[in-house]
Amino acid sequence: MLTKTGNILTLTGKASGRAIADAIVQAYRVAVTELPEDVIRALKLGLRKETNARAKHVLSTMLKNIEMANHKTRPLCQDTGIPLLYVKYQSKKYTQLELKRIIKDATAQATKEVPLRANAYDLVRGKVIGNYPVIYFKETTDQSQIQILLKGGGSENVSRVYQLPDRSIAAERDFDGIEKCILDAVIKAQGRGCPPYIIGAAVCGNMEEASYRAKNRHLMTLAEHNPEPKLAAFERRLLKKINALDIGPMGVGGKTTALGMKFTARYVHPASWFVGVSIGCWSMRRVTLKLP
Amino acid sequence: MIHHITIPPTLADIKRVRAGDEVYFSGRVLTARDRAHRWLLKTNFKPMHNAVLYHCGPMFKETKAGIEILAAGPTTSARFNQYTPILLKKYSIHAIVGKGGMDDGVRAALHGVGIYCAAIGGAAVYYAHCITRVVNVYKTEFGMTDAIWELEVKDFPVFCMMDSKGKSLFQEVEEQSQRNRKRVLRNSVSDVRYNDE
Repeated sequence: MLTKTGNILTLTGKASGRAIADAIVQAYRVAVTELPEDVIRALKLGLRKETNARAKHVLSTMLKNIEMANHKTRPLCQDTGIPLLYVKYQSKKYTQLELKRIIKDATAQATKEVPLRANAYDLVRGKVIGNYPVIYFKETTDQSQIQILLKGGGSENVSRVYQLPDRSIAAERDFDGIEKCILDAVIKAQGRGCPPYIIGAAVCGNMEEASYRAKNRHLMTLAEHNPEPKLAAFERRLLKKINALDIGPMGVGGKTTALGMKFTARYVHPASWFVGVSIGCWSMRRVTLKLP
Repeated sequence: MIHHITIPPTLADIKRVRAGDEVYFSGRVLTARDRAHRWLLKTNFKPMHNAVLYHCGPMFKETKAGIEILAAGPTTSARFNQYTPILLKKYSIHAIVGKGGMDDGVRAALHGVGIYCAAIGGAAVYYAHCITRVVNVYKTEFGMTDAIWELEVKDFPVFCMMDSKGKSLFQEVEEQSQRNRKRVLRNSVSDVRYNDE
C-alpha cells in the first residue's frame, strides 16, 4: 500500500518489483505536480517581505502556477530536468542491479504517463530517447528509500565549480574566498536559472566530489541546516548577502534572490580546493519514497 | 503601462512599449530553441517572417482531439545571443519572449525595431493556459522539444525588459548587483576561519 504525507510517500506490504515500479511512477507524479511545502512557504514569505512591485508580481505568479499545477495535476514546469535518484538500500532486501532495472522501467513509464518531458538526446544516434535517470546508490542499515530530485536545465547551466585561489574574483583559500565564489556564481547567473534560487555549495579536494555534494544539498528541506554550528552560521550569513544583491525573482530586481543556502565542507587536498556551487531553480521538485 | 498587442505587431505598436511595461500578446507565436536557431539562419522559413518569437520547448500530450499543451514556460534566452541579431534582421522579427534577458548585441539589434519581453520561468501551467491552439509543429526531426511550434495565444502576459530605445532592465539589475557585491564584501569579516590563519 502506498501512503502519502506531503512529498513523502511510503510503500508498505510486500515489495514486488511491480509494486516498487508503480510507487516510483507515483513518486514522479507527485514530484512533477506538487512543490514541497517548505518551498511554497518560503515563496509566500518572500512575497510578504518583498517591496519591489515587479518582484511581487513575479512571486505571486509563481504561487498561482503552483496552485494551477496542483489543481489540474499538471507538471509545474515543462522542464522536468534529468531525473536524479538518490537510493539508500538495505542489502539484505534489495540489490543495486534489481533496483536499477526497476528505476529505468519506472522512468520510461513515468515519461509516458505523468508525463515527463523527453529530455535525453542521444548524440550518436541523433534522436531523443526519452529520459535517462542518473542514479546514486548507497547502502544503509536504516530504512530503504528512493529520493527523486528534478531541477530544470536552466538552473543546471548556471551551476559552477571554482578552484581556489581564483584571482579573477580575488578569492583566496579561506571562508571569505568560498563566499566570493558563491556570490560570483549567483551574480553570473542573474535571472537566467529561475530565481529565487535554492543553493547548495561544497568544498572538497576533488572536482566531482565538490559538484556532487553541492547538488545533494538539495535533498535537505529549507529548514535544515548544517549540523556544525560554524557552518550553519556561514549558510545564514551568506543567504543574507545573496539577498542583498537585489537580483530578485527571475532577475527583475528585489530582495528575494534565494530561498535557501546549504553548505558543506569536506577534506581538501594540499594542492586542490574545489568549490562546487549547485544552483537550483525555485521549482525544486523533490520527493522521498520510503520502501518496505 | 499596459499594452494589448495583436500579432503580427506593427512597428508603431512596438515603439510604444517601454521597458517595464506589461504586454499581452494575442495571435500566433513561434517557438525556437537551439537547433531551430541554427537551422533558421541557414534556410528561409516563411512562417517566421514578422513572427513573435517564443524561447520555449513545451510539454504536451497527444489526445484524440489533437495535441494538448500541458506546460509551456520560457527557456533561457541567453543561449541564443549569438544567433539573434542576424535572425531578427533576416525575418523582420519585432518581439522576442524568453527568460533571463539577452546580451548587448541583441540590445543593439533591437534598437529602433524590436522589444525583448520576459516571461516567468517555471510558471508553465500559467502560460499553457494562455495557449488556445496548436496550429502547427515544424521540424519534428529535431525532437518535439526542439521543434518549431506555432501556437495560438490569447492575452499572453509578459513584461518588456528591453525596449526599442535601448533601455534594458536586466542590465540595470546586473549593474546594481555588481555594486551590491562590493558593498556586501566590504562588510565581510568572516567569523569562520581556515584553521592555520
